[in-house]
This record gives sequence, C-alpha cells and structure tokens, in this order.
Amino acid sequence: MPDPNRTPNKTPRRSLPEPTPETRHFWAGAKAGELKLQRCDACKKAYFPPRPFCPACGSRDVSVFTASGRASLHSYVINHRPAPGFEGHYAIAVVELEEGPRMMTNIVECPQTPEALLLDMPLEVVFAEQDDEISLPLFRPLGTDSLQKNGDAS
Amino acid sequence: MKPGSAAIVGAAETTEMGRIPELSVLGLHADAALNALADAGLSPSDIDGVATAGESPTALAWYLGITPTWVDGTTVGGCSFMLHVRHAAAAIAEGLCKTVLITHGESGRSRVGAARRASQPSSLQGQFEMPYGPVGPPTLFTIPVLRYIKETGLSEEKLAQVAVVQRDWAARNPRASFRDPITVEDVLTSRMIAWPFRLLMCCLVTDGGGALILTSAERARDFPQAPVYVLGTGESVETPLVSQMEDFTSSKAFRVAGKRAFEESGIRHDDVDHLMIYDAFAHLPLYGLEDLGFVGRGEAGDFIWEGNTAEGGRLPLNTNGGGLSYMHSGMYGMYALQESVRQLRGTAPAQVPNAKISIAHGVGGMFGASGTIVLGNEAP
Repeated sequence: MPDPNRTPNKTPRRSLPEPTPETRHFWAGAKAGELKLQRCDACKKAYFPPRPFCPACGSRDVSVFTASGRASLHSYVINHRPAPGFEGHYAIAVVELEEGPRMMTNIVECPQTPEALLLDMPLEVVFAEQDDEISLPLFRPLGTDSLQKNGDAS
Repeated sequence: MKPGSAAIVGAAETTEMGRIPELSVLGLHADAALNALADAGLSPSDIDGVATAGESPTALAWYLGITPTWVDGTTVGGCSFMLHVRHAAAAIAEGLCKTVLITHGESGRSRVGAARRASQPSSLQGQFEMPYGPVGPPTLFTIPVLRYIKETGLSEEKLAQVAVVQRDWAARNPRASFRDPITVEDVLTSRMIAWPFRLLMCCLVTDGGGALILTSAERARDFPQAPVYVLGTGESVETPLVSQMEDFTSSKAFRVAGKRAFEESGIRHDDVDHLMIYDAFAHLPLYGLEDLGFVGRGEAGDFIWEGNTAEGGRLPLNTNGGGLSYMHSGMYGMYALQESVRQLRGTAPAQVPNAKISIAHGVGGMFGASGTIVLGNEAP
C-alpha cells in the first residue's frame, strides 16, 4: 500500500554540496553564474578545489578570479546503474579547465554515448540551479547555443 | 628500514570465505586473528603490538584480550595492511614491540556489524564529486581509464583479458568464489556497469578476513612456519579525489611506494618470481605493472595478452584469482599479502615453482593511497 501522505512520484534529488568557509566563494560564484578559481599571488599557479592557500607553494597570498568557463573533456565513464536524481545512462566526467585545473562534472546538452562524448572535445560551463543556495557547474559542448539558434532559424 | 630485519611468522585467512552471515566485522577480525595465532603457535598474550583498519585497534585489542605497547590504526583504504606491515617492521626494529598482529575483517556482502559508508556533503568528495552522480567505486575508480585508453591505444579486448587470465588462476583455487573459465567475449558481453567497464571487469563483493603476525628476523627462526622476510617496503598517498589525480594514466602513489620498496630491498625486477597487484577493477594490474616498472608505459595490456602473467609465464600475477575472481571484501590488500606468503611458503593452491621473492602491491581509495611490500623466503 502506498503511503497516502507521501508526495507521489517525488523524484529523489542528487547529493548536494554543503559549502564550508573555505569553499563558500566558489558556491556563491556558481549561484551567480560564475566559475570561481583561485590563483597564487606568489607562484601564479591556478588551482582547484578551493582552499585559502596555494597547494603548489604553500603561500597564503591567493586571489579568487572568474575562470573563462571553457574546458576540454579529459575522461569519463557512462554510469548504467540507477542513481538518485539521475535518469537513464549518464556520464560522470572530468574536464580540464582552460586555466589548468581539472574538475568532476556532468556533460549536458549532448547524447550520453561514447560516440558523442569524445575526449578533448571543447566544452563550456553552464550552471544548473538545484536550490536557493546551490547551482552546479556543468559543461556542454562549446557552441551548443549558437548551433541551436542556427537550427531554430532554418 | 633494514631489509629483512622483520619476518612474517603467522598468516591466515578467515575459516570461511565468501558468504559469512554468522560473523560480524569484529568477529571476522577475531576469527582471522585466532587462525593466524594458531599458525604461529602463539596465544593472544604473546602479542604486544596491534594494527588494523576498518575496525578500531582499541576494539580489536580488547576483544582479543591483548595489552599492546604499540598500536597502529592507519586507515587509507584497501592497502592499509601493506602500510601496517611497513610500520610494524620499523616498530619491531626500533624495539617498540616484539610481536605484532595485523588484522582485517569485512562483511562486504552480508554487512553484519558493518559501518555505513557515506561521504559527508561538506567533505571535499561531498562537495566536488558526489553531486555529479558517482555510485561507489565502479563509477569513480574507473574514470581515468578512457584517458589511459586514448593515450596508450589499449583495446577493450586487452582490458577484458586481465579478467580472463585471473579466472584461469582462480580455477586452480578451491576457495575462489568464481572458478568457471571465461573468455574475452564473455567479459565484453557481460552487463554494462559504467562504460567502458562491464560486470566481469569489476571485483566481487564478499565477506572475509585475514591476519598476519610479524616479529624480528632473529626470533622468526624459532616459529613452526618457515619465516617470510620483509625485504623492502614503500607507501604513499596522492589524493582523496580521483578527479584530482595528477596523471590519469599513472598513479603517483604507486610510483612512489613501488620505487621505495625496490630501493629498500635492493632487488631488481628480474628477481621477482611472483606478483600480486590489488585488482578492484581490471585496469589496476595494468597501472600497477607500469608504475612498478615491470613494463614501459602503455605496454601492460600486451604483456598480459601475451601470457606473461598467466600460468607458465615469466611473471605470475594475482595467482589466487584476485579481487576479480577470488574474493573482495572491500579492503582487499590483506588477501594479496596472504597469497604472497602462501607462495613463499610453498603452500599456494596454484603454486609457482620455487618462488623466492614476491611483491604485494596495494591501492587505497580510488588511486588515493598505495603500499608495496617485497617479501622473500631466504634471509638476506
């Protein structure tokens, strides 16, 4: 017997991040539609995930900056098992940002197949709103927007 | 560490292997510990050092009635036991304790008395990996492999062959979970788990445990079993996030641990008669063979394909059947060490003739940590 008090067909949500003081700027940036990285003022190296010091040289003199949002597909798997908040087969990917650091993400606006997901393909960031606090940085093939517009026009 | 200053004088697995619903995690630790003590002709009161992972060393010592003067709870995943061997050898050499018990027990399948495994949403993994939908190791440990395939040209068939060769070894092991032969085609038509990984490229999930007893090489001669000497050891960690691995085609932790173990032991690759590489998934023996320096970058797929690691080959690898066919409770490193000890005692079901030097190489987390142990049955 289904529980009458439960919302029917309520989609389970994907696991969401809980920002810490060291990462709050990243998630605030994502909420505002900007991909925030950090750069060491001493050795100039860009890094990710966020922390208040440089992992290359240990300096505490670091700055937050907005990344270009461009990346390339570094590696991935296509999960075939069920997962909360996901439907069908989906790629769990790692992208290499133009500035150097890599991050895990999902690839959207693209078939989730080995034929469509080619390593080193150019990508750009999009932000997927999850709730009032969290938007997740996801990536889509670069130029997806303009291609769609062209498609619409024809 | 001085090569050969410590030796393994007791080694045993749990009485049963595979499905053991009648024992909790702590019970599996104790069952393996009592078997290893019997193997060494010792009682718990003879032990003055304990090391374990996945269970608290406090609980282990108290449960078995041991009052230790040295304790190690290093927990870096499935290779923790390799690190325990390394730390124990150093502690014995330093005089911190005389006789060390290292235990593993895990109710991987039955989940009796097992802790819940979940990443906190505020942890690094909870913030920067879990939101993107990984469902455990099959969807994380495997992420680097497409990059490896692109850089080295590894074929799906050669990835599948890793599982085929290990099943051949398992066929000779009465305690192995899966013993029926498989073909490359069987592997490549098995259920897709996370492309390019199919079911038969992924490890089992079973219950079991194992324990080791170490003492000084000097005392080791007075025990009922022939000593297995610890000739060289290495350890390292890289990252808790597989997405942040420095190089997706090679493990830094493997390279650091392996190099140190070779240097400490003073052996050459040609000296190695038998090798265990922790195989939670089919790509791990490929990374291990390359990162330990047995073959060059991108050559491991061909090396296995050509039969070098199979029965009669020049480097018998994962001769118990490995995590892919023998057993995998979750922290498999202990079983790799147990098989190395059996081979050097001459008691393995698939015995390598006249094996004198064996290496057990482990991984922890998703390429997060590593431990390498060089063992030998002749005093250096």
